[in-house]
Amino acid sequence: MSTTAIPYPTQRANTAIIYLKEIKYEFLKLLRTRSFSLSVIGFPVMFYSIFGLANRHAESGNVHFAKYLLGGYACFGLVGAALFGIGVGLAMERASGWLEVKQASPMPPLAYLLAKCTTAIAFGLIIVSILTALGIAFGGVHLTALEFAKMLGMTIVGSTCFASMGLLLALVVPANAAPGIVNLIYLPMSFASGLWIPIEFLPKFLQRLAPIFPTYHLAQLMESIFGYQNATPLSSHWIGLAGFTALMLGSAWLLFNRAQQNA
Amino acid sequence: MATTATIPVVRSAAPQNFTPPLAAAQPVAQLTSVIKRYKATTALDGLSLALRPGEVVALLGPNGAGKSTAVRLMLGLTSPTSGQARIFGADPRDPATRTRVGAMLQVARIPETLKVREHIDLFRSYYPHPLPYAEIVKIAQLQGIEDRLFGQLSGGQKQRVLFALALCGDPDLIFLDEPTVGLDIEARRGLWAQIRSLAARGKTVLLTTHYLEEADALAHRIVVINKGRIVSEGTPSEIKSSTTGRKIRCHTTLTAGYLRTLPTVTAVEASGEHITVTATHAENVVRAMLTADTNLSSLEITSPALEDAFLELTSI
Repeated sequence: MSTTAIPYPTQRANTAIIYLKEIKYEFLKLLRTRSFSLSVIGFPVMFYSIFGLANRHAESGNVHFAKYLLGGYACFGLVGAALFGIGVGLAMERASGWLEVKQASPMPPLAYLLAKCTTAIAFGLIIVSILTALGIAFGGVHLTALEFAKMLGMTIVGSTCFASMGLLLALVVPANAAPGIVNLIYLPMSFASGLWIPIEFLPKFLQRLAPIFPTYHLAQLMESIFGYQNATPLSSHWIGLAGFTALMLGSAWLLFNRAQQNA
Repeated sequence: MATTATIPVVRSAAPQNFTPPLAAAQPVAQLTSVIKRYKATTALDGLSLALRPGEVVALLGPNGAGKSTAVRLMLGLTSPTSGQARIFGADPRDPATRTRVGAMLQVARIPETLKVREHIDLFRSYYPHPLPYAEIVKIAQLQGIEDRLFGQLSGGQKQRVLFALALCGDPDLIFLDEPTVGLDIEARRGLWAQIRSLAARGKTVLLTTHYLEEADALAHRIVVINKGRIVSEGTPSEIKSSTTGRKIRCHTTLTAGYLRTLPTVTAVEASGEHITVTATHAENVVRAMLTADTNLSSLEITSPALEDAFLELTSI
């Protein structure tokens, strides 16, 4: 028998498997958390049924109301999933000490963040698919396969942008106040950006205020898939959304580093 | 230098029931003169601590003594204001170091909608050489509750799951931060048996507790800390004898040999003209001493400062 000391194997665990399991369990966890899954899916479905499907025959010019609102409530739904899933979820895990248990383990920190972001995207895709099915079945909405594919693509983009806002909120907001604060930001911002009723129906001052909200730019990009966007050039919305995301991620990075130094 | 003379510092050269496998072995974990300040408060004030391979050490102290801070430093969750924390001679934040360390921390809430099986599956994936799933379940006694959601478990079961997560990577070094806090007697003893089984597997364990009884039941060595400093250190029996009872200091002709025969006397020390007797029932001993030596003088009876701390520590 050899008596040579065996150096401790220092290789890492299979990173791809960590990422996949982290995503799988993050999704399962939120799906089983009824207070989350029922409300983030239920509210857009309920509002779209009330305001969108009820207006199935309403048209103005070439704009079909139920189809226009499909874009609006798609944005409303995906933003909610990102802000509540990440903003509230991460704030709670930070406050309860669970995040520290994860940080003390060899889990790659990026796997944790990526799992949260991917789960937000997955919920966004589920919500948008349900709304689209409802619109087609009960709202008289006609949608080409290409339009639907573009909606899903826009959902992935939007979920990622608002995931960055969720991340920042989780770092700033105390956990027990997080659901209330997220609602106070999310609901007025959604209304003022024309996610609930078309922006043209809002008071003039709100219409002028709208470009400061990231949800407005997301909604305009979503509506542009149907050709329903307003006169503003599309590139300005892309810039608005990208700038917002960069601002959120940058602030989150700064705050996180400051918190680490004071820890 | 400020005097802290009433606190007995017992340093043990040879723990009674533990012999390090390699006398000169490098410490598994080491804090060197660590000072940790949070804004106005000083959590650790020059703490030095070394864990030898295979040793179970209890960090004992009241709430706010700095126990959890010491653990968080060794896990690389926070950095020292000054001084150094090393694990296996390396930085505790190094991912390679973390694959050899397990931690059971105080957590208010862990995701409640995942099953026990799923929590373990995820944590096992973090490590290059995880312990087999069945073995984790066996050690932490989770048979029969593997498919329950975490939120449906009792307090004792939840602690066992956290314990299981600390074992997932088959770590060489395990930190248990107040592992039995909030558990009833039965659940506490169950977890003790599991912690003992770790020691039997040759793991190095650092546990924090504010129960002297728990430290006594589990540890080879107890380090008592308060206000971020070590106040006493030794084997459980050394710590107990140095903390139970009061000190009777006086000038007497009675011999140390006679004084040791008096009931409840645990220690007798002569220093110059004075003699110090430690006894659990100081009143009875003093009565006997005064009867035996009518010339006894300069009588002083003191409680070690540590005992005050232990009144809280030992009350379960």
